[in-house]
Amino acid sequence: MIELDKVAVSFGDRTLFSDVSLILPPGSFHFLTGPSGSGKTTLIRLCSMEMQPNSGQVQLLGKTVSGLSQNNVSAMRQRLGVVHQDSRFIDHLSVAENVALPAAVTGKTGRHTEYQLEELLAWVGLAGQAKNLPPELSGGERQRAALARAVMLSPDVLLADEPTGNVDWDMSIHILELLIELNKLGKTVLCATHDLNLIRQAKSRVSAKVLRLHGGAIEIAGAGL
Amino acid sequence: MNLRSFLSRDATLNRVVPPSGFTAILTLVSSGVMAFLAVFTLALAMAAGDLASNWEAELAGTATVRITASDDVLEAETEAVLTALSQTPGVVSSRRLDLSEQLELLAPWFGTGLPLDELRLPVLIDIMETAEGPDRTGLEQRLAAEAPGAVYESHGRWRAPLVEAAGRLRTLGYFALFLIAVVTGVMITLAASTSLAANAQVVDVLRLVGAKNGWITGAFVLRFTVRAILGAFIGTLVGIVAVALMPGGIETGILSGLGFQGAEWIWPVLVPIIAGGTAAGATFLSAGRTLRSAL
Repeated sequence: MIELDKVAVSFGDRTLFSDVSLILPPGSFHFLTGPSGSGKTTLIRLCSMEMQPNSGQVQLLGKTVSGLSQNNVSAMRQRLGVVHQDSRFIDHLSVAENVALPAAVTGKTGRHTEYQLEELLAWVGLAGQAKNLPPELSGGERQRAALARAVMLSPDVLLADEPTGNVDWDMSIHILELLIELNKLGKTVLCATHDLNLIRQAKSRVSAKVLRLHGGAIEIAGAGL
Repeated sequence: MNLRSFLSRDATLNRVVPPSGFTAILTLVSSGVMAFLAVFTLALAMAAGDLASNWEAELAGTATVRITASDDVLEAETEAVLTALSQTPGVVSSRRLDLSEQLELLAPWFGTGLPLDELRLPVLIDIMETAEGPDRTGLEQRLAAEAPGAVYESHGRWRAPLVEAAGRLRTLGYFALFLIAVVTGVMITLAASTSLAANAQVVDVLRLVGAKNGWITGAFVLRFTVRAILGAFIGTLVGIVAVALMPGGIETGILSGLGFQGAEWIWPVLVPIIAGGTAAGATFLSAGRTLRSAL
């Protein structure tokens, strides 16, 4: 599903990764952790095709990402759900319009999609805020709206970068439950977080592996986490 | 809750580019001003064209014989010329202009109340010719023999440069319209590029959710085309009113023909449509280039 092979990323003189390899099988749940600046966001951005590695290969959904045309990248993104820490929205569109964007840009506008949108907004607890504008939402509501948008097209893979970064513990648990629910539906989930308590909470409820980025390398975290 | 409106592809395409901002005003105002100028230029070009056609139509098939002679032979020469003309193939009719008609001809230069009887004026004979006209050389030779004071004038000598000047004025008008379209295209290209840069976050979000370049381009093209059509519609309307309010009458010369008549109305009606087409093309090229270069 997602495969990184000897990936290296550097920014100027600073090398972030020099030789990272990783395989995430279909239907798996992985947490990605590590200290600030270790490259969690960069790794998520590599997997969401928002950037290219300096060397090595990224394979996604069976295709090598490098060399894909912009339209092919867009087509691949329709099978990916991405939740960023900063939850980017189009601020002059309502919450419902933002959540429905993936369906609108792919022309999926039938009754089924309409029902799906209604279900999704209810699932993330935003049915009452459908007509609000994104700047009117709280941090937790924005993260949940981003999550709803990410799964609007029922993607095969969900990439979440610090989805609980700006919310309180109760909301973090709520978002975690949503991610676990998606994983139980067969979605591959990769969630970057620095919140070890959240990871401990999740491990009791789902078979999740924890990957730790440290010193430019990636390792599977042990039981002592 | 009615969610259908949130899912309409066209509704989203319509709304995804912010409806206000500097580029919206730039597009609206530039297309409005250009449409206003286009209507005025069109009116001038049409007037020049009508003038050329009128001059050509009025003067084609006409000629004049001017007789300058001493009083004792003037009448005899006039009779001889009229007789010769009536016998000349290619001449439909000929008649001597009376005093009031000569006064009318001189009025634009000397004003009314001219004491014509105190002036020594030539006799003028107005001739209507067939499309082929008479054998000019033969007619001139006969007039020289029978009325030495008579000079045949076909009007062509001064008609041709006037018609050519009016034609050139019309061509200049069309060239000015072309320049207006180019400037409109450049302005809208600038506005679209600025809008794409200003809405980088919108483009980022659209790409994140899987929008292809064609879809994003379509959203910008739609927004800018609608703005340009709206601006051009207002500009055209103001232009038409301004043209209609121009002073008319023979005293205003070329301005007396300024305006649109009959089928000519199709041209100002086309201005907003052409502005929309120009905006669509300019935005399509600009957005396509920008999105391709920002992978």
